[in-house]
Amino acid sequence: MSLSECFFLAVKNIMASKTRSLLTMLGIIIGVTAVVVIMGLGNGMEQYMRDSFESMGTNTMTVNLIGRGESSTKLSVSDMEEIVEENETYLDLMSPTVSVMGTVKIGSETADSTTITGIGTDYFTIKSYDIASGRGIQYVDELKRIQVCVIGSYLANTFYGGNALGQTLKINGTEFDIVGVMAEKADSEEGSTDDAIFLPYTTASRLSLSGTVSSYVVTMQSEELAEESKDVLENALYDFYQDDSSYVVSSTSEMLETMTDMLNVIITVLAVIAGISLVVGGIGIMNIMLVSVTERTKEIGIRKALGSKERYILSQFVTEAAVTSAIGGILGILLSYLLCIAATKVITNLMEAEITVMPTFGAVLVAFGISAGIGIFFGYMPAKKAARMNPIDALRYD
Amino acid sequence: MQPVIEFRDVSKRYQMGDSVVKAADHISFSIEKGEFLAIVGQSGSGKSTCMNIIGCLDVPTEGIYLLDGKNVGEMNKDELAVIRNEKLGFIFQQYNLLPKLNLMENVEVPLMYAGIPKEKRHILAKEALAKVGLENKWKHLPNQLSGGQQQRVSIARALAGNPSVILADEPTGALDSKTGREVLAMLQRVHQEGNTVVLITHDNSIAKTAQRVIRLDDGHIVYDGSARDPKAFVQAEISLEVVGK
Repeated sequence: MSLSECFFLAVKNIMASKTRSLLTMLGIIIGVTAVVVIMGLGNGMEQYMRDSFESMGTNTMTVNLIGRGESSTKLSVSDMEEIVEENETYLDLMSPTVSVMGTVKIGSETADSTTITGIGTDYFTIKSYDIASGRGIQYVDELKRIQVCVIGSYLANTFYGGNALGQTLKINGTEFDIVGVMAEKADSEEGSTDDAIFLPYTTASRLSLSGTVSSYVVTMQSEELAEESKDVLENALYDFYQDDSSYVVSSTSEMLETMTDMLNVIITVLAVIAGISLVVGGIGIMNIMLVSVTERTKEIGIRKALGSKERYILSQFVTEAAVTSAIGGILGILLSYLLCIAATKVITNLMEAEITVMPTFGAVLVAFGISAGIGIFFGYMPAKKAARMNPIDALRYD
Repeated sequence: MQPVIEFRDVSKRYQMGDSVVKAADHISFSIEKGEFLAIVGQSGSGKSTCMNIIGCLDVPTEGIYLLDGKNVGEMNKDELAVIRNEKLGFIFQQYNLLPKLNLMENVEVPLMYAGIPKEKRHILAKEALAKVGLENKWKHLPNQLSGGQQQRVSIARALAGNPSVILADEPTGALDSKTGREVLAMLQRVHQEGNTVVLITHDNSIAKTAQRVIRLDDGHIVYDGSARDPKAFVQAEISLEVVGK
């Protein structure tokens, strides 16, 4: 009796009682669906996070200086430039960043949600922002603290009707000439990356309260050397301060890694909890198989009388349980695809986040494997009971 | 020539609660190839025990049972399964066809366990069904057939693997007398084609179909001889006389 004969016999028996088989499978269907959808959600969230981080640049590090405000002991922009140049095997570009708190007035209107940042000349390269029209911030702007700015596409479209070049705006009462407009990055929405104003950092630090530069973005030569680059930068800062509490270096790739790890832990825990329903489904299969073995005692007796060895009966019932469970697994996987499509629609519409819930191929394989395995595991005991039946008693059973 | 079936002092004891029941008590006989034998007896006479032992569904507690010269008593469960499959064709009172399989598939069951490939199985099953005149109904399910037809299918199933012995346990027990006679006629034909047939029954009129009769009573053989001898069928009266004393 070959495996394919076992398989067709199992399919035949399953098809002979469709309703019962479907109800038996239900536990497995629900379990597999839950596991696959949760893993799909995790996959989608991880991808979303990765995309968000990548738009910030995974090769960048942020340096925050926690000074006491005494400019003599604080790392200056030229000190930072020196550090980057000295470690050019690891570090590539750098730009100071200065956040300005202030109100933006464009004509008589106020832009509330706009972020104002003072930047260096390499900032746009670091962030891979493109200039749609005009120019970026240049060295001469920094040097002479010229009151010029580059604005995001949201501001350009909303307040200037697309013709912002040469116009002016006011930050905290100071007038700035608009010399450049950035290319669209985030659908020109309010509060997004496109709702921003960039100034020369020298000009910005004058507008901000402290008057000094406290943070930098630094890029590394290669993402593969993320850890080493961070170490190099930290060592250089330690050499300067002789103290490791005066600065914090964080790299986006490191943050991404940490967050991905956390997300994976959460998703795994959720998937395991969902996996409990697979065990419940397996017990359901075992229960029905036990009933089925009793019901088919006569059949078992006939088969034994006609020359079936114990292992044929065993494999017949185990195959039946495994096939039932595996069909449940396949139905669960199909159902989970539908649910994933629905979930993607709901999340995109409700949360305005582009999360694509999509089961990974690996998750699907694992779910199918586990469901078939559960069938074998929980089908074995009833099958053993069937195989061990005494043929005389089984034949006499009515 | 070596007998197909040989019982040497075969005994079978069952433990029933505290007491031991002797279902077969030192029974010896042999059956030659091509014989048509009926084992007759009342219920409790030990004929079912004999049938189970002949059918390799059970092994003797004592004594030796040789089937085609092989000692069945020493075999394990799997070896017994192989022997049942290769050497024996069963015909049961309740036909015992598998209800979810069509006639062809039913006849193929023992062939499948014998490991015969699919194409060959189809051919053999078709031939066997043709012998009982049901080759055109091979797609039917058992419950679409009359009792007599179902019993013919089970004869076909018994014949399909070309076994050494056809073992028929009350083959007419569930049939009306007309279809019963048809089935018996079919068994006689099977015998005439050279098969060894062992018929187990409690019914004297059915046992008369056979050439030879072994009558069992209380686990002993009380008659072993030609079915034409009137003494073969007088056991019932003798027993009553014994009780009367």
